[in-house]
Formats: sequence, C-alpha cells, structure tokens
Amino acid sequence: MIAEAGLAALWLAAAVALLQLVLAGVALRGGQAEVLAAVRPVAVTGGVLALLAFLCLVAVFVRSDMSVLLVVENSHSAKPLLYRISGVWGNHEGSMLLWVTVLGLAGAAIARIEHRLDERPLVATLGAQGAIALGFFAFLLFASNPFARVAQPPANGLGLNPLLQDPGLAFHPPTLYLGYVGLSVAFSFAVGALVTRDVGPAFARAMRPWVLGAWIFLTLGITAGSYWAYYELGWGGWWFWDPVENASLMPWLAATALLHSVTVLATRDGLRAWTVMLAVVAFSMSMIGTFLVRSGILTSVHAFAVDPSRGTFILALLALYIGGALALFALRIGTVKTGTTFELLSREGGLVLNNLLLSVILGVVLIGTLYPIVASAFGVQLSVGPPFFDKAAGPIALALVVALAAGPLVRWRRDRWDALAGRLLVPVAATGLALGAVVLFAPFKSVLSSAGLVLAAGLAVASVAPLWGRNLARTPLFTWGMVIAHLGVAVSLFGMAADAAFTRETLIAARPGEQVGVGPFRVTFDGLKPAMGPNWSALEGRFTVQRGDAAPFVLRPQQRFFAQPPTTTSEASIATLWDGQLYAVLGNADAGGRWQVRLWWKPFVTCIWAGGALIALGGALSLLGRIRRARLRHEEAWA
Amino acid sequence: MTAKHQRLTLALLALLAITGAALLALSGLRDQAAFFYAPADLRRAPPAAGTAIRLGGMVARGSVSKAADGVTTRFVVGDGQATTPVTYRGILPDLFREGSGVVAEGRLDTAGTFVADTILAKHDERYMPPEVAGALHKTETLER
Repeated sequence: MIAEAGLAALWLAAAVALLQLVLAGVALRGGQAEVLAAVRPVAVTGGVLALLAFLCLVAVFVRSDMSVLLVVENSHSAKPLLYRISGVWGNHEGSMLLWVTVLGLAGAAIARIEHRLDERPLVATLGAQGAIALGFFAFLLFASNPFARVAQPPANGLGLNPLLQDPGLAFHPPTLYLGYVGLSVAFSFAVGALVTRDVGPAFARAMRPWVLGAWIFLTLGITAGSYWAYYELGWGGWWFWDPVENASLMPWLAATALLHSVTVLATRDGLRAWTVMLAVVAFSMSMIGTFLVRSGILTSVHAFAVDPSRGTFILALLALYIGGALALFALRIGTVKTGTTFELLSREGGLVLNNLLLSVILGVVLIGTLYPIVASAFGVQLSVGPPFFDKAAGPIALALVVALAAGPLVRWRRDRWDALAGRLLVPVAATGLALGAVVLFAPFKSVLSSAGLVLAAGLAVASVAPLWGRNLARTPLFTWGMVIAHLGVAVSLFGMAADAAFTRETLIAARPGEQVGVGPFRVTFDGLKPAMGPNWSALEGRFTVQRGDAAPFVLRPQQRFFAQPPTTTSEASIATLWDGQLYAVLGNADAGGRWQVRLWWKPFVTCIWAGGALIALGGALSLLGRIRRARLRHEEAWA
Repeated sequence: MTAKHQRLTLALLALLAITGAALLALSGLRDQAAFFYAPADLRRAPPAAGTAIRLGGMVARGSVSKAADGVTTRFVVGDGQATTPVTYRGILPDLFREGSGVVAEGRLDTAGTFVADTILAKHDERYMPPEVAGALHKTETLER
C-alpha cells in the first residue's frame, strides 16, 4: 500500500507541477489576480507531494518491504537502520527521487518565504521551477519508477554496496543535492527575470540569499564527499578528478562566480547580463552533472547499474532546459538596459577578474570531463585524469588565489594603485617570508605544491586585512562571512599543498612483530584478531605507533567481509594528530604469512576539509547578515 | 567609457577567457589524455614505451602472483584475443579478482610489460566498467 501511495503522490506532484506551469503562464499573459494568487499555494502543494512520495520510499526501505523491486535490489533486512534509510538514495531511482524532492521543496520554499520580489517575476520564477520539476517527474515516472513491484517477493534483498554502508552516505548526497538542486532557484529567478524583463538590483538582492544557501550546501557536500572518499576508498587521496567529482565541482565554480557577480549587481547595478547568464550556467552544470552521473556512461563508484536508455532521456531534458534558457537569454537580453559602468581598478573590476578566472577553470574542467565522452562517440577510447587537470587548472587556480587576496582590499567604484599597494604591503611581506621559509625548509615536490604553500600564507594574511582598523563589534556579519570564507580558502590551500609536499609513504609486506618507519613514526605490527559488526565480520590488524618519546597509540585497520552482497572491503584506520593524520591500510596476506601494509603520514591534511568547513561557515554568516539587514530595513520601513 | 563600450569590453573579455580556456584545455589534452587500450590494441599498435595509457580487460585465471617483496603483484590481462603482462606495486583493490574485469592506469616498459600506477576494479558484483564491456564487445565482434 505504501508503495502505491508513494507512486500516487508522485503522479499528483507531476500534475501539480504542470498546473503550476500553466497557471503561471496564464497569470503572466494578463490573467486575473486570482490566478496570480493561486501560483504560490500550488507550488507549496507540489513540494509537499514530492516530500510525501520520498517519505513513502523511506518507509518502504525501513520496513524492508521485499515486494518492491528497488528494496530487493538494494537493501537487506539485516542492515542497520541508518543504512536502510540512507540506502534509499544509494541507488539510481531513489537518488533521482531525492533530487526531485529537493527541487519540489525549493519551489515550495520560494513560494512560502520570498516576499521581496515583485509578484510578476515571482510567478514567472515559480512557472520556470514547475517546468523543470515536470520534466524530472516525467523522467522518474516513465524511466526510473522507484516504486515498481516484483511479482514474486523474495525472502530477502541483495543488500547495499558495502562501500556505501557508511555514515558518509547519510550526509553527503542529501547535502550535495540541496546545493545542486538549490541552484535551480537561481536558474528559475533568471528565467523569471528574463520573461518579465526585470533585471536589476532588486532582482539581485532577492536572488542572493538563495544562491548563497545553495552554495553553502554545495560546499559542505563537496567537502564531505572528499573526506568520505579519502577514508573509505583507502587510497589516501582526497580528490581524484573523477568525472563525478568534477560534476559537483563545476556547479560550485559557477555558483561561486555567481555569488560574486550578484553582489556587483546588487550593490552597484553592474554585470546585469553576465549575472543572468551565470545563473543559467550554474544550474545547467548541475543538470550536466546529473546526466554524467545518472546516465551510466562513466566508470565510477557513483555509477549504479543503469539502463543506458535513461541517458537519452536526461540528455533530452538537458537540451530542452539549457537550450530553452539560452534561447530566452538571446531573445531578451537585448531589451535589458545596460547597468552602470565602473573603473578598471575597483572592487567591481576585481570581481570581474574573479569571474573570468573561475569561468576559465570551469571551462577547462568541463572540456576535460566531456572530452572522453565525445571521443568515445567517435570510437576513440581515452581517459583524462589528474595530470591534465593539475596542469591545466592548477596555475589558473593559483592566479585566482592572488586575485582573491587583493580583491577585498580594493574599494568600490574607483581606487588608486598607490593606495592599493599600501594596503597590500603586509600581505606581500608575509608572502615573501613564506617564500623564504618554503625555499629553505620545504622539500621541492612540484611548482604547484611550493607555490601553494607560499600563496596560502599570503592569502591568510590578506584575507583578514579587511578587518584591520575596523571596530570589530560594528563590522557587519556579511563582512565577517567574507573574511572567514576567504580565510577558509587559504587554510584549504595550505592543506592541499602540505599534503602534496610533505606526505611520506611506506608500503611493505610485514609479519606480526615487525617494525617499520613512516615519517617521524615507528610503527609496530602487533598482530591480527577477528572483529564483528552488525552485518560484517572482519580481520583487524593492530599497529602500535610511537613518535619520539610521546605516548604510543594504536591503529586498527580492517579487512571487512560482507555477506550480502558478498564483498570484501578494507577499512583504513586514521589517527588525527594536531599536525596531520597517520593513515594505515591493511592489504592481503601472502602464502608466507606476510601482510601488505600501507602507511601514510600526511602533515596538515585535515586543513583541506577544515578549510572547506570554514568556507561554508563564512557563507552561513554572510547569509545571516543579509537576512538580518533585510529584516531591519523591513522594520524601519514600517516604523 | 560609455556603458555600451564597457559592455562590449566585458563581453570580449569573457569571450577571450572562454577561448583561452578551450585552447588551454585542448593543448593539455593532446599531451595528457591517456588512451584506452585492450590487449589486442596493444599488440596491433603498441604506443611508445613511457606513454601514459589505460589498459582494460579481464584478469586471466591463474595468472596472479606476488614478487618476493610481498607488495608487487604480477598478473596477465586478456581480452580473448591477446594478453598483456602487468606489474603493480601496491595494495590491490578489494574487488580485484581473477577472471573479472579490471582497468589499469600506467605505461608500457621497454620489455612490453605494463607497469600500473593505479588499478581500478569493478565496483560491485553487478557492475562492469563500460570500457571493459566495450573492449570485450569489440573482441566478440571481431571474432565473428
């Protein structure tokens, strides 16, 4: 019954999305005020129905209802409750349903809480949101029905891929989707603004919190995904330039650019056309990412076994929405008046540079990700990996870091070069000191890692520079947000560069009792013992680790055996110290009783994710500051 | 500078940036893209030793052995037509198995052995890397 209720809710939600689109169209073509007023409640209804369908699927998974095909294929009643729930989106259909649910909830949220936008652009925005939802509901209902039944319910299910049986699955996809699909709001705002020819500071001020919100979740989702891959895959890396990772990075790059250009539009009424374009591009990147991940054309942990015909369906949706939005842009942008102009050396100019560099990185990542797919269409099999992305995107990213350090120190409207040079004196001095320290003390691994260390130091100093000489208590929250987010970039960059420059690795085959060294540590292999989990058994290695005279600690990497589906995974054991992480992986045994052991000492690697968290925190503070100021203005207007 | 001029300048800058990105990416791709080979491709037209490539196929049954250091693995990858010997120093992925699909990244040495930096095995029981499926399918078609 629950499955049927879910399916019915899904159909109803699709119908409501259609209604939302039609009503918005009628209202904008001069329909009565009643029609205009009906769009908001309809959008809320659509969101509630989508959520209902999603909760039905969760219920079916929690109850392990083996008459539902999706549960049979992806779940097992012996799984812990957490993984029965998170298993809902650990498969193609369920994760698409989550996607659409977030889309519906985003539409409902606009309808409920957006009161700054005029009624006509708002209705146009909701119409666009309905149009997107309609297409993806159709995709679910016709090509990926999550509620399909089986004729003969088996006694139990096939289980969930053990790599996905991790708390990371409970957090990473929902956060990422909130960001990914949250960008649909920016897209719909842009479409709404184009339809009603209403592109200006008011539009930008209304759109900014939504972009900021989606961007915060996207940042958190990418950071969490990176850490998950780092500890779960046991490869010691934190970013693999896997197409699926790129699929999440590309919307982030576009959203970061949008976040900065929307500020120019809100503050100085500049970059009108460019901001609208970026809003379209950002969600287009989300959809391209969805296509890459869900069409099954990629080799990846994320590529669930899928039917290739679904790829064609998503591709058609992509062509429809991206093509439609671009066509609308081309038709209407000529009628949007140009905004105000600005001097080259100004905050606006700096933000243009930021946008250009982010766009170039986005272009490089997009081409590198799509190239193998296009090539394979022509019968050439090739793959593009880290050597390409590091070489092509790395230097531009470092140039962006330089722009990022200087940008916030430039004044709005116009500035003088000598004044800017004065403000940059201390950061430049810090960079010089860091350069000396890196040349003298750091091992040279690559230009990129050394330059990263130097620039991270310079950026850290420059990013807090906007606070100097200010009354900290009276500094607006969104300025704090900017400072903290930029500081987060410095922290993250330092982590990445330190990992590349200082990592030590030991790979050996050892018998119990043997001792090995890695970096400053002495590691003793004490032996192995069996361990048990809720739905797995394991062989657990015990390693005693000592650094100098400090108290020893123990690492316990495992080889885990899952019965359903029958799989072995290795669980890395990671010790977090103040200055980095020690990472141990237990491999297989050979006939002579030696066990493969891989150890990494990764100084300051944790900074990568701490920086990501800081970036998101900065975004959150900024969002809070904007909301607070908007509320104050609102109250003043009424007082 | 008038508004129109500025708009034009910005549009040109954007165009320049995008073109720059495309040129940068394409020139990088010429040097850095790793081509995908099945063992039969390697026999027919072997790339120069040292070129980064990807090798895909099935791990031949009974071919996996360990070197004396305990961390170097030797095995043979086949596609039904030809075979390529592979060496890999490191811990094999959990789903690496004889008789199942594998993709290896690395380069050929002068003796014709594939020295792998990375081994990607299929991720779950129901899943085969598309490249491997493609390579095997190609072989089947050629055999007919």
